Amino acid sequence: MSDATLHDAQPTKRSLHQIDARTKRRNAAESRFKMLGIGAIGIGIAFLIILLSTIVVNGASAFQQSFLEVPVYLDPAKLDKKGNRDPADLKKATTFTYAPLIEKGLLDAVQSAGIETPLSKTKDMKNLISSSAAAQLRDRVLADPSLIGQTVTAKILASSRVDGYLKGRVHRAEIAQDKNITVEQLDLADALIKAGILHKSFNLDFILGSDASDSRAEQAGIGVSMLGSFYMMLVVLVLALPIGVAASIYLEEFAPKNRFTDLIEVNISNLAAVPSIVFGILGLAVFIQFAHLPQSAPLVGGLVLTLMTLPTIIISTRAALKAVPPSIRDAALGIGASKMQATFHHVLPLAMPGILTGTIIGLAQALGETAPLLLIGMVGFIATNAPDGFWDGFVSPNSAMPAQIYEWAKRADPAFYERAWGGIIILLIFLLGMNIIAIILRRKFERRW
Amino acid sequence: MAVLWIAVLLAALTLGGFFAGRMRALQTAGGDPRLLHSLPSYSGMLVAMATLLPALVLYVLLVIFQANPILQIVVTAIAALIGLALSLRLIARDFRARNAVEAGIKGLLIAAASLAILTTIGIVLSLVFNTIEFFRLYPITKFFFGTEWTPSFGGGSELGILPLLWGTLYISFIALAVAVPIGLFAAIYLSEYATRSVRGVVKPLLEVLAGIPTIVYGLFALLTVGPFLLSIFGPAGPTAAFADGGWMHAGTAVMTAGLVMGIMLIPFVSSLSDDIINAVPQSLRDGSYGLGATRSETIKQVVLPAALPGIVGAELLAASRAIGETMIVVLGAGAAARLSMNPFEAMTTVTAKIVSQLTGDADFASPEALVAFSLGMTLFILTLGLNIFALYIVRKYREQYE
Repeated sequence: MSDATLHDAQPTKRSLHQIDARTKRRNAAESRFKMLGIGAIGIGIAFLIILLSTIVVNGASAFQQSFLEVPVYLDPAKLDKKGNRDPADLKKATTFTYAPLIEKGLLDAVQSAGIETPLSKTKDMKNLISSSAAAQLRDRVLADPSLIGQTVTAKILASSRVDGYLKGRVHRAEIAQDKNITVEQLDLADALIKAGILHKSFNLDFILGSDASDSRAEQAGIGVSMLGSFYMMLVVLVLALPIGVAASIYLEEFAPKNRFTDLIEVNISNLAAVPSIVFGILGLAVFIQFAHLPQSAPLVGGLVLTLMTLPTIIISTRAALKAVPPSIRDAALGIGASKMQATFHHVLPLAMPGILTGTIIGLAQALGETAPLLLIGMVGFIATNAPDGFWDGFVSPNSAMPAQIYEWAKRADPAFYERAWGGIIILLIFLLGMNIIAIILRRKFERRW
Repeated sequence: MAVLWIAVLLAALTLGGFFAGRMRALQTAGGDPRLLHSLPSYSGMLVAMATLLPALVLYVLLVIFQANPILQIVVTAIAALIGLALSLRLIARDFRARNAVEAGIKGLLIAAASLAILTTIGIVLSLVFNTIEFFRLYPITKFFFGTEWTPSFGGGSELGILPLLWGTLYISFIALAVAVPIGLFAAIYLSEYATRSVRGVVKPLLEVLAGIPTIVYGLFALLTVGPFLLSIFGPAGPTAAFADGGWMHAGTAVMTAGLVMGIMLIPFVSSLSDDIINAVPQSLRDGSYGLGATRSETIKQVVLPAALPGIVGAELLAASRAIGETMIVVLGAGAAARLSMNPFEAMTTVTAKIVSQLTGDADFASPEALVAFSLGMTLFILTLGLNIFALYIVRKYREQYE
């Protein structure tokens, strides 16, 4: 027995059912610690929910757009002065000729609807109408000259301020300094909604259309930059998949353990951690300064993203190859296959689902990457033109989805912010789709050995 | 149009080579493939490879040296024909075509693997040459010790890196101050407390944060977090009384970028720490439980000390991520280069300035554009150093239990 029992001859009787102060303290510390963990997870998930709901709340309105439906009289005296409907002559009528016709049409519609408004001149209508409406009407007339002389019902874009007013972005209190809209015009907009002339509807042009200049937020769309992203992903897929698989096969199946192999391994793990902006510098210096490839081309963007994604693809491909059990290789070698045949005929097909999963995740990462694209010039211009033809898409200047979002975020007019959030929704839908495909592939083809 | 012609030409010759090689192999064996050393299609592949590869290499060289298109077509075609003729002569009954093809394929595999080395060399060379060029135009000591950053393309710029480094480190510090406690506690809970089903739901949810592109975080910082912070710490906010006119004057600030970057890093920290905590052997925990320690005592006094080197490594990797992050700071941190302690002040970082110096219409030969390459060099060395150090720590720790 120890000395302690001597000092304390009559120990106090304690029951395990009775929790003493020290145990209480320890239990409290335990639950506090546990709460900290739950709290941390809660904060993390709360951030996720806040982030996603911010995106949806701010971006959903980009998919709606305000349109005015007005009858426009296409006056032959103005549009076709010679009266011969010759397309070459019709082209001489610029958008400046069309704009007053639309304004007149709107004014007529206002008056025939019996709306009382102090605005009685055609040019008062200007601020309600998007400046792109005239160009759209002109395109329609040039495509079908027989419309001249008729009164057509045109669905024209409302101006960005009116659109913002309908969506709650523009408030009456704030427009005192705004020369693009007046309170009377907003009153008129309210009356037009009641008359059914002004309304919001689904905006397909945002998804398929092209970017527009600084002053025409209502017309800007993400379609062209989506094409740019598509071409870049094509380049990444065509280059990164074969090169990544070849490199992984070498490292996993053939490489002897020596200095050279170690050097490659160290390089791959370091490249995976190099900041993406450094790859942008590489692209600028090597592909544009040195090789003189065209600036802003999806081809160059794709090359840079290929180099950036390769480490990701190599790492996941190697994991997939490693998961194929050695017995498969041994069996192939045992019946006389060469090492190369064993690898390409047996190991590679079995590892394919894992490789594809890794590739899709690598592509998703590349799709959202922005920083390197800024350096090779995929921002700072307005991506209005869709490429002519498939091959031209690789080399003609274009933007990409994330670069387009960045471009919108930097513009001064808050109307573009809505577009940026909307663009993010589209980008995230693509990423979600790619990840779901990857998960399905994994679930469907995953083999447990 | 030379590209298209050469592509068609090479494709035709390669395909022709394949069938010619195959036929020749069968011919030499008198039509009986059993007499051949290799399967006839290996002979075909050999001829195809010999036709295509040297010609392709030659073509790439010609393009790099910008030879004229006619010359490109002629030289490439001749090279392909020579390769075809020479390899076709090799084909014989006992020729080991399969071994030759496999050696060729192995060469291709090695070339693909070496691309990683080439990329690193490319990065280093493109940074080094332009950095040297920059230091010819601008004194190196002024770059590293200058406290002023006022680039002007008209000349007379002050290009000191210190304010940029300060901004970078300050933002990274705030980001880590957000991400490390949250990420670490989340990892501890997930690996020590959570049941399988909770883990199966929470872990993927947190990892969604890692899959969101940085441009999204950038926009979130610029349009949501910035205005929110401004409404609290700005001149109109409740804290304005404590400071003269509020601490914050614009939505873009160190705090904005740091907070958002912290959110981005949470899953990074938590999944790395999770792996490391899981690698601590169960026997250590069992020993501690056996002595009567509670779970939290075990974690605090046994698991965490054992996992500490690995966790430090994970934080260093997160720090290197934070230093190299671009989009969040470009959109959220502001553009003014400042040396200030106030976290609500707009500051700028190395990455943000690389973007702004290289995205204008600047002339590449001017020091104002070239400075971006020396900034890139600094960034590259900084992050590389952190990564190597972190991997060294992680690896050293792992060996303890294996």
